[in-house]
Amino acid sequence: MQKAAVLSPIKTKRRPIQISWQKVLPFVIPSLIIIIWQVSSNLGWLSSSVLPSPWAVLQDGITLTLSGELPKNLSISLYRATVGLLIGGSIGFILGFINGLSRKCRLLFDSSIQMFRNIPHLALIPLIIIWLGIGESAKISLVAIGTMFPVYINTFHGIRSVDKEFIEMGQSYELSRTQMFRKIIFPAALPQILVGIRYALGVMWTTLIVAETISASSGIGYMANNAEDFVDMETVILCIVVYAVLGKISDLVAKGFESLLLDWQTTGRSKVQ
Amino acid sequence: MTDQTNVMINIQNIHKQYAQLTALNQVNLTVEQGEFLALVGMSGGGKSTLLRLIAGLEQPTSGSIKINQVPTNDSDSLVRVMFQEDRLLPWMTVLENLSFKSKKSAERQRALNLLELVELKDYADHYPNQLSGGQKQRVALARALMTAPKILLLDEPLGALDALTRRKMQDLILNICEKQKLTTILVTHDVDEAARMADRIVVMKQATNFYETIGPKDRRNPGQVGLVADRVLSAILDEAPVRQFQTA
Repeated sequence: MQKAAVLSPIKTKRRPIQISWQKVLPFVIPSLIIIIWQVSSNLGWLSSSVLPSPWAVLQDGITLTLSGELPKNLSISLYRATVGLLIGGSIGFILGFINGLSRKCRLLFDSSIQMFRNIPHLALIPLIIIWLGIGESAKISLVAIGTMFPVYINTFHGIRSVDKEFIEMGQSYELSRTQMFRKIIFPAALPQILVGIRYALGVMWTTLIVAETISASSGIGYMANNAEDFVDMETVILCIVVYAVLGKISDLVAKGFESLLLDWQTTGRSKVQ
Repeated sequence: MTDQTNVMINIQNIHKQYAQLTALNQVNLTVEQGEFLALVGMSGGGKSTLLRLIAGLEQPTSGSIKINQVPTNDSDSLVRVMFQEDRLLPWMTVLENLSFKSKKSAERQRALNLLELVELKDYADHYPNQLSGGQKQRVALARALMTAPKILLLDEPLGALDALTRRKMQDLILNICEKQKLTTILVTHDVDEAARMADRIVVMKQATNFYETIGPKDRRNPGQVGLVADRVLSAILDEAPVRQFQTA
């Protein structure tokens, strides 16, 4: 009893709250930049016509959100990006898949695709505007062309570099062609395919910014371009920040897919069916 | 003369050519039902090539291979290979590697029974990267037995294992092959392993020559195993032309 009485205060002693430096470290540089930027603006070292303060940009963001202008342009940009990625990614995946698996298809398509791939897709903007005007289809087409090639290259490479020993094992165990693809080729190529999708997400935003800046009447790129005409620096900076945030969210989504589908690589668990 | 009705594998005048390289030249070999045969010899002697031809993974340039009196292409399900590398799919659990994610309960049950046979039932839900080298090879052995094959081809499956694990795996394979009356061909560089496991040992040299020896009658007798191993080693190193001899 005496022993228990002595030990009980130790058991109930509260541990101090510990903040992991690993969680804090990524925020150090962005926080420092914002602080230095704000202080420089307050002290008059930075003219608001050159670079408005973070606080002014934030206020502008709140105003545009409340007026509905920012959500409307953000949603149209997201729509274009998503549809363009889905179309381009799907075409890239299908072409990578058939060219990776079939020698005849590879001979027929690959050299033409490689030739087309080497044309900078943004150089097609004048042609796309002439063909499709400045409507949604033009911007979606540009995003689709831009995102198609990273997905194609990585799907093709992923399928071509599946370990030959696994293929031979599948053959010796008499797996059907469908089983061979579902059980061996696709899961083995998936890490490389996801690299392609992640890269395509970056291309997606770059393409959309350029397309919306040049030929659009809505979207974040249009907002930035319109603000430039009125020398509205707060909105220009706001649009750049919005793109940075969207890029980061895309990257987190891609990482989420990787950890969901490929966690057998590290933890020995898998959700690939 | 071999009794033809009891022959499981019949290899006649097999020739295999890779561009300028002759891997096998006029090879003849018969393996009886239930026999445990070991193929030994220096690297490049054609052991693995012969095994791959029997497995149907490659086709001979000329000659014929019959499994149970049927050409190899028509008898694939009778043959299963266990490779030097475990070749387990890292994205599947141990159980799924056996059943290839089959939804059939009979397949799952057979996989579980085989895992019990190789003493890995408790590891059914583990992934290959959570297993040791010996455990992975036991899973590979269980997978090879999934379709109840008549012939088991072992392509140096124990080469990468430590001595103790290797010995345990040898006993496990021998035990299973005897119980299930499997016709087995083991390719190995290790003459002691060949002498310890095989009923008959074939030494392959320079793509064509054969030296054959009969394995020890009593595998538990280290003296007999050692004697056979010594003679096999002499045959590998001997540069004399083809000859046959028997021991024990």
